[in-house]
Amino acid sequence: MLKILFFGQLKDVIKTECLEIEITESGKELNTVAKLRSMLQEKDDTWNEYLAYGKAMVAVNQEMTSDDTALSDADEVAFFPPVTGG
Amino acid sequence: MSHFTQIVVQAQDFDFAYEYQKLRDSNHSDGALVTFVGLVRDMNLQQSVSGLFLEHYPAMTEKVLNNIVQTARDKWQLGSVSVIHRVGQLKVSEQIVFVGVTSQHRQAAYHANEFIMDYLKTKAPFWKKETTPQGDNWVVAKHSDMQKLQNWRN
Repeated sequence: MLKILFFGQLKDVIKTECLEIEITESGKELNTVAKLRSMLQEKDDTWNEYLAYGKAMVAVNQEMTSDDTALSDADEVAFFPPVTGG
Repeated sequence: MSHFTQIVVQAQDFDFAYEYQKLRDSNHSDGALVTFVGLVRDMNLQQSVSGLFLEHYPAMTEKVLNNIVQTARDKWQLGSVSVIHRVGQLKVSEQIVFVGVTSQHRQAAYHANEFIMDYLKTKAPFWKKETTPQGDNWVVAKHSDMQKLQNWRN
C-alpha cells in the first residue's frame, strides 16, 4: 500500500489530503513516481492540471526527489506546490 | 556550556531575547552572533494582508531543516545554530521565523545565516495562505528565491 499525501494549494483544489493506493492498481504497476503521477492525473482536469510535472513537486519518504524515483510498497509519497515558508 | 543545534517547529510565538541569550551563553569562544527574524507583512503584491496561515509537512520539515543546518556547518566553521519556524494562524507583524548563528568571526555567521534562510525558503515544506479583503490566497513561490540558491552554487 502506498500512502499519498497532498499539501498547500494542491490539497485544496483536489479536496484530498491523503490517499492509500495498492502499488498494483488495476493491473498497472505503480513502481515509479512518474507512473503514480500520471495515474493520479487521469482522475480529472483539476488533478491533471495541478499534479503536472513542474507544478507539483514530490517527496518520497520525506525526501524531495525526482520522477524517476522507484517506489516500493509502504512508501510515503507527497505531492505539493513549490514551498513558500520563511 | 557547549555549542548546540536547535531546530523547532511550533505554533506558539518565540521570545527573541531568550533565544539570543541561549546562543550567547552556549560558549565563550565565538565572537559573532547573527540573528534573523521574519515577520508577517501587511502587504504582498499590492494587496493588503491581514494574516497568514502556515501549513507544513510535519514528518519532513525537521528533516529538511536539519539537513540545511548540516550543510551550512560543512561550509563554514560555526558554533551554535538555532532555527525556529512557526506554523498555524499568524497575524500581521507576528514573528514567523528565527535563525541565529554563532561563529568565531562575523563573516561565517553572516553567510551561514543567509544561506540557511535561502535554503529554508526554497526547500523546507512550508506553505503560506494569506488572508486578504478579497479572500484567502495561497502564496506563489518567487522565482527570485530560486535564483538566490544558484548564487550559493556558483
